[in-house]
Parts: sequence; structure tokens; C-alpha cells
Amino acid sequence: MTTVTETAHPAAAASSTPPPSRRKPNRFPVYLGVGLIALLWTIPSLGLLISSFRDPRAIRASGWWTVFGEVFDSAAWTIQNYQEVMEGGFANAFVNSLAVTIPAVVIPITVAAFAAYAFAWMEFPGRNMIFVAVVGLLVIPLQMALIPILRIYTNVGVAGTLPGIWLAHAGFGLPLAIYLLRNYMGTLPSSLIESAKIDGADHFTIFTRLVIPLSIPVLASFAIFQFLWVWNDFLVALVFLGYNESVRVLTVELSDLAGRGEGTLSLLPAAAFVTMILPLVVFFALQRFFVRGLTAGSVKG
Amino acid sequence: MTTPPIGREEVTAAPTVPVEEGAKDNSFLAWILRILSALVVPAVLVLFFFAFEFLQRRDTNKLVQIGTALVVGVLGVWVLYWGMDRLVSALPARTGAGVRPFAFAGPAMVLLGFYLVYPAVNTFILSFQNDAGDAFVGLANFQRIFTETTYLVAIRNSVGWALLVPAAAVGIGLYFATLADRLPRRSEATAKSLLFLPMAISFVGASVVWTFIYRFRPEGFGEQIGILNAIVTGFGGEAVDWLAVPLWNNLFLMVILVWLQTGFAMVILSSAIKAVPEEIVEASRIDGANEWQVFRRIVIPSISSTIVVVWTTILITTWKVFDIVYVMTGGREGTSVVAQQMVAEFFTFNNDGIGAALAVVLFIAVVPILVINVKRFRAQEATR
Repeated sequence: MTTVTETAHPAAAASSTPPPSRRKPNRFPVYLGVGLIALLWTIPSLGLLISSFRDPRAIRASGWWTVFGEVFDSAAWTIQNYQEVMEGGFANAFVNSLAVTIPAVVIPITVAAFAAYAFAWMEFPGRNMIFVAVVGLLVIPLQMALIPILRIYTNVGVAGTLPGIWLAHAGFGLPLAIYLLRNYMGTLPSSLIESAKIDGADHFTIFTRLVIPLSIPVLASFAIFQFLWVWNDFLVALVFLGYNESVRVLTVELSDLAGRGEGTLSLLPAAAFVTMILPLVVFFALQRFFVRGLTAGSVKG
Repeated sequence: MTTPPIGREEVTAAPTVPVEEGAKDNSFLAWILRILSALVVPAVLVLFFFAFEFLQRRDTNKLVQIGTALVVGVLGVWVLYWGMDRLVSALPARTGAGVRPFAFAGPAMVLLGFYLVYPAVNTFILSFQNDAGDAFVGLANFQRIFTETTYLVAIRNSVGWALLVPAAAVGIGLYFATLADRLPRRSEATAKSLLFLPMAISFVGASVVWTFIYRFRPEGFGEQIGILNAIVTGFGGEAVDWLAVPLWNNLFLMVILVWLQTGFAMVILSSAIKAVPEEIVEASRIDGANEWQVFRRIVIPSISSTIVVVWTTILITTWKVFDIVYVMTGGREGTSVVAQQMVAEFFTFNNDGIGAALAVVLFIAVVPILVINVKRFRAQEATR
């Protein structure tokens, strides 16, 4: 498992020399403090994970901590909740979430990459002014866009369609994407671009063969940021897709289930984990880019 | 210095690009071609999408639909840009060179115009109109927001969130990062991962996680399965309906966001702490400073700019919080916040005027924070 520490900062790796050994004797309180907070932070999700594998009746009858008396009793454990949840609409919602998320990540990246290239390496009237304006759009909260866009969508009958939400997510994600990509592409050595031009490459070739491959780190960071954003998004999905079953995504499905009260209580833990599984996999597999992607978003308004 | 790895770049001077033939062509025809080239990709994209959308309504196989959607949504965009580039290449070389930047950057501008610029302006206008949107009412919407209890409660709560959540997340994150810095590398990494993990979880998911903490059952309705009430009753106390205790329930909701955001604060602050030069820290220790003095006088001043960045980032997230309140209480029991009230107004009650005015309130409050942040970024860039 790659770890958070390595990700943090280029300078961190250089300066994190092992602390002098004379501090070893005082480590116990440090372990205690760190352990206590880490435990507090883990208990909520751990409890939910345990619950999700318990018998439905047991979930309703007692707290998850009571299982510690019967850990080795195989009758106490079941995947029935997961089966029920998947059949009850979450498999469908999972597919919908994928169908929303993949284009909603790829479209803004593509559109932003072309724009960022133009801002970095092409000459045109008003170039810097327009770029500054794009960066300025970072301050606009999503909430400012909801009412007018929903009105238009409803009028032309595209509320509740996949392309409608792809383009909305693309539009909302563009300022950050252009900002990050342009700043990264701008730091590529101009001698490289120039020599490619001298060799007869046109802009499209330079872009696809040279600039895009060199920009993979920043593309990956943004892709992960946007993936998490869209996958975990509830507001945009609620407003533009709603509860309509054929298009509802995981977060909407989960909030619906959570609102149904005691009757569906035993399904909630498993359902919650179905919605979390993909981000968690990405988290463990790509922690390095994951942290970078999140920090990249810190300029977003 | 020590801001997040990416994101610290400011608008740097554009790299010098040799002026291409045609770039300075300002003839009428050139501009027509430029605007056209910017519009083609988005227009075809939209047509493409909705033609597909129309076709698939008759189709029944879900996976086939999704598969086509992905191909269209993912490959289609690339093909469009490629096609546009070919078209521009077919123009006379001089004109083409002047048009190409617009074929590249134009589609993004069109999308931004439609999804951000137009709606933002429109929302401003709507905020001065009545709820049906057919008459101007001046500042009446804002007057209502700042006088009626419903909205004042939402504003009070939002301000409370904005004050407490960033403070708690940064405080705990900083404390944890400082302690973890003293651990062996491996333990440090594991501990940090545990704290950071909630960042992967959606706000809705986190709310479900925490319903199992706050769950309450009245006497006689079975055992307490919420861990908090289990502890309280275990010590002989009486079970509490946490989310219905006036004022305190807001605090309990805030805990959820603190749980989600602390990892973010911790990771960034940790890398800042590690970038504090070891020699300075060692030198002050040799001079007799104790650990608290080192922390207070050396570490804190060195990472102060990072603290500001982290604080404001979390502040902005907190200010716009919606999902947690919507899922946990729906804004009942005096727990509403501005962003959630805004959605309730326009989405549930069709009060577009008030909804737009609330959105404007959200926006106006964020602007100064971001301006300060950007200024700091610039100052940092200048001293780097």
C-alpha cells in the first residue's frame, strides 16, 4: 500500500530525515494521542462495515459492538444484505453512477486540455484576459447555476437525461481544469514545442503526441478530483436527474433509502458500502494522485 | 513555501509564443470563422447527445445504452476536436492559423458561458424578481431573508458551521500531524491513512455512517443501536434524541463534516510541518526551547500561510454544505443552513426568487475569502 506520507510534498521526502533517537523514550504519549484520534476516526466506518455483514434481524435488535462475543459464530455473518441491496436498485444505480461519472470526467478533461493548450502555446487576441476571466469563474458557487440551468433543461425537455448532467458537470468542472492544465502546460520547455514545430508537426500533433503525454500527472490529479466530485455528488444529481428510477445515481438512491426509516434500517450499512466501494478502491490504489487531486481542488470556490 | 503541491500556481506570465501568421488578422471574415469554429464542437456535441438520448428511449437494454453513452461521451468528443482541426486545416494557411486557437479554446468558452456566466447573471436578476419570475420586486427577497425567522435561522446556522467546522478540522488536523510526525515512518503513514480515509466518502454516505452513531429509540422500542445512546444508557443515563436537541443538534451535524475534512487538513499541514527546516528546530532545542515553545514559536509561524489556505478551503466547503443537513434532518428542528434552504426553496417550494437570493447570499459571502486567498497565493509566488 502506498501511503499518504509519500504523497505529500516533494520537499517532504527530502527533509523527513529520521528523528534523532533520543526522543524515543517519550513516544508512548505520542502513540496514545495518535492512536486515540485514529480510533475515533475509524469507529464510525468500522461499525458500519461490521453491521453490513450481520443478520438483518440482528442489525435491528442490537448494536454492532455486540458481535465481539460471537465473532467465530458463522451464523452471525451473512452477505444477504448486499444481495438484497443490489437487487433492490443499487446495481442499477451503480451502473447509472458509472454512466454519469465516466463522461462527466472525460469530457471536461478533453475540452479543458484543448483550451489549456491554446492558452499556453497559441497566440490569439485577448488570450491572457480571457484566461484570467476563466480563473475568476472559480469563485462562482454551483448554487448560482442551478435555477437558470434547470429552467432551460425543463423547457427543452432534457432534465433527467444523461447528456444533460454530463455537460453540466463538464461546465462546472472546467474553470478548475483549465486553470490547472494551463499552468502545468505553460511550464513545459518551449524549446521542445519549437523543435517539434521545426520538424513540421502541426498544433494537433504537438498536442496529442507531446503535450498530453507530458501532462499525465496533472491530468491524473484532475481526473481523480473530478471523479470523486461527480461520484460523490448529490446536489447536481438530485436537481438534474432526480429520483427518476431509470437514471438515479448511487447517492440519490442511498438518500432515498435513508429517508425510509426503520423498515429499511438493516439495508443501510450494506447500501452505504456499495456507494463507497469504488472511491475506496481508488483511494487505496492511487493514494498519491488522490491526495494531489484533492489538494488541487483547494482553489475551487 | 508550503502550499498544496498543485494549486499554488498563480496566473504566471504566458510563455512567449512566436506570433503566427494570421493571428493578427482582425478582418470581419476572420472573426466570423473564429466564432463559428468555437461553436461547432459544442453544437455538434449537443446534437449528437440528444439524438442519442432520443434513440435510446426506445431501446430497453440498459447496458447497451450505457455502453453507447460512454462511447459517444468519451470518444465522440475527441473525434469532434479532430474533425474540427481537419476543417481548419482545409482553410487557407493564413486564415487557418488565426482560426485554430478558437477551435481549441472556443468550445470551453461556450460551455463556460452557458453553464456558469449566463446562469450567474440570470440568478442575480432572478433574485430581484418574485417567486414566479414575472415581476421585479426590488430588494424584497433580500429583505425577507434578513428578517424572516426561517431564513435567519438558516443564516445563523451557516455562520455557526463556518466558524466551528474549519477551526475544529484544522485544530485536530494540526494536533494529529504534529504528533504523527514523531512516529516511525510506517506507523505514521498508517495512522494518517486512517484519518484521511473519510475523504473518499460522499457526504450522503457519511451521513448514513453517522445515523448509526446518533440513532435514537424511545423507551420501550428496543435496544439502543446507536453507539452514542448505548454508551449513555450503559452508564445509566437516559437515551437522547441527539438530532432533536435544539441548537446542540447543529453541533452534532457539524461533527460529521469535521470527521470528513480533518484528514484533508492533516495531510496538507503535515507536509508543511515536514518542510520546516530541521536545523532551525534543532538549533532552538539546543538553545533550551521545550517542545511547546518549538511548536508555538518555530513551527506555527513557518506554516501559517498553509494554515490560512487549509482553513479557507474548508471554510468554503462548509459554507456550501447541503447534503449532510438534507439527509440527516432535512433542515427540521432548527438545523437548516443556507445552501440546503436554497434548494428547498426553489426545488421543493418553487420559490425561485427567494432561492436565487439565497444563492446570491452564498456567492457574495465567498468572494472576499477567495480574494484574500488569491492575494496570498500571489504574495507567496512573489517571494518564492
